[in-house]
Amino acid sequence: MRENNVSQEIIICRDVHKWFDHFHVLKGISLTVQKGEVIVIFGPSGSGKSTFIRCLNRLEEHQKGQIIVDGIELGNDIRNVEKIRQEVGMVFQQFNLFPHLTVLQNITLAPAWVRRTPKEQSRELAMQLLKRVGIPEQADKYPAQLSGGQQQRVAIARALAMQPRIMLFDEPTSALDPEMIKEVLDVMVELAKSGMTIVAVTHEMGFARAVANRMIFFDKGEIVEQGTPQQIFNNPQNDRTKLFLSQILHH
Amino acid sequence: MTTAEVKPPVLTIGPLAWLRKNLFSTWYNIALTLLAIWLLSALLEPAIQWGTTEARWGVIKANLTLFMVGQYPRSQIGRVWLTVYLLAGLIGLSWGVWKNAARGFALIAVSAGAAFTMIALFFRWDAWTQWLLAEAILLIFYFIGLYLPRGTLITAVAWFLYFPFVFLVIGGSKYIATLPPVPSNLWGGLLLTLLLTIVGNFGALPLGILLALGRRSKLPVIRYFSIGYIEIIRGVPLITILYTAAILLPYFLPIDVRPSQVIRAMIGFVIFEAAYQAENVRGGLQAIDRGQYEAAHALGLNGTQTTILIILPQALRMVVPALFNSFISLFKDTSLVALIGLFEIVRIARSILAQTEWLGTHREVFLFAFIIYWVFNLAFTYGNRRVEEALGVGKR
Repeated sequence: MRENNVSQEIIICRDVHKWFDHFHVLKGISLTVQKGEVIVIFGPSGSGKSTFIRCLNRLEEHQKGQIIVDGIELGNDIRNVEKIRQEVGMVFQQFNLFPHLTVLQNITLAPAWVRRTPKEQSRELAMQLLKRVGIPEQADKYPAQLSGGQQQRVAIARALAMQPRIMLFDEPTSALDPEMIKEVLDVMVELAKSGMTIVAVTHEMGFARAVANRMIFFDKGEIVEQGTPQQIFNNPQNDRTKLFLSQILHH
Repeated sequence: MTTAEVKPPVLTIGPLAWLRKNLFSTWYNIALTLLAIWLLSALLEPAIQWGTTEARWGVIKANLTLFMVGQYPRSQIGRVWLTVYLLAGLIGLSWGVWKNAARGFALIAVSAGAAFTMIALFFRWDAWTQWLLAEAILLIFYFIGLYLPRGTLITAVAWFLYFPFVFLVIGGSKYIATLPPVPSNLWGGLLLTLLLTIVGNFGALPLGILLALGRRSKLPVIRYFSIGYIEIIRGVPLITILYTAAILLPYFLPIDVRPSQVIRAMIGFVIFEAAYQAENVRGGLQAIDRGQYEAAHALGLNGTQTTILIILPQALRMVVPALFNSFISLFKDTSLVALIGLFEIVRIARSILAQTEWLGTHREVFLFAFIIYWVFNLAFTYGNRRVEEALGVGKR
């Protein structure tokens, strides 16, 4: 099913619900993302923000409501799901690089097998991406030989190699040592400025302030408040938002 | 102030330092060393005495060919040599093409060939020329491998074709005049032992992988079939499976299909070993982090691609030690086929003892059988270590 071909709405969620057994983890999320928009989702742990972002490429299945990504509705049809996943790149908290493959092989794998890109071409693209994330000299190393920050940058390059229309970031800096956070954020900022549609779960408020078009506060499975960074930082409306911001900003 | 460069402490090495540190460091250490030397010499002296004076090593010399190939027709023995030459050529080729990665194996093969040549010369066994030829072939193919274009592909294909080819050469065919059929009940000795080991293991591994994947399948039919197969086969001793294969298998097959006893034994080994390899592989599959599946799916890889490209390579790499363990077990378990009438090494040993001129040579014959098993297991263990190093098991 295709709809909204003309409009710029690239992700549409309507009343999305999800349960883990009897635990109601998403309680009716409705959200529309415009093409090129940068969205930052934040909130306390257990609020459902990671679950929500993982529903967008169906690593988790929603049980009620509607999710339409790039004009295709996510449902039980596995071919639709695979098609969406080719257009949506994801970066994980734990990097999840493939440890048995070199950096270059990590990046060229999906283009070669999913897009059937010729070897030379996908290799060239991979080297371009490695230059973009600043580590072309690491191409022939294995992931375990890299620092956390370098691994996460490879993970970003790997996702970009599929030339996705949307990038999802699931707490990309939470597993990093403090001195490595910046090198990953720099790449993300550059990506945001290049016009990529981004949905990021992160507590890096500097990143949000710099590039987010919209910030969304999740708590207890609901969207409690949303607005531009200025609205959220300078004039939060909801008490829970105020409390949470005071906790993460004053330490 | 600059930090002074601190050097690591100098280690005293060398045999004398080693001896002092490990054997003579304290008075009780000295006492223990002396006691151990006395015990060892007390135990070994009679053995050496026996080995150099009493033992009738002639029994080995007289029956060496029997040990190696059993009752394989002596007129056709050149075919066994052909497989040896091909193996030497392949090892040489791999050495030339893959350089360091295959060097260890090649050096083992070179020294094994040299050792066989020496042994043959020593026993005045006329096979020394063949062993020397094998050595020469290995070296020639090493140089070919160095300059071969597309060497990796050619070598891999050649290895893949080698095993079916061995079967063709050893077993023969009624359609090839130069290779008249040799019925498999004449295959024996080390030749049979190695064939059973290789077919058993390499036949069982793909089946084991499928069973391991099946056991984790979401489809109940496949899952319960896999669980049932694994648990039933693991629940019975190998010898019962071999008896079943030897005696009952013909009843399940069409009347004109009568596989020979060797083929039945191979089927038995594959059936048995698959259950164990399945559990080995399952251990590896369970150790794979969920994030690997998620990352693969998020990139748009489908289920099959994820399994073949991402999950299996990691799972198999993780269980290399377990796979080799099963490999070695099976190698030794081939001795059980003596009980269904096949002449592998142990059965050959017993048949030699029945020859009237060699009555009472149990010690020599079984010591020799012992050494054959042990030497091959050393090679397998070395292979295990090299494979682990090459794949970086536990490192990446």
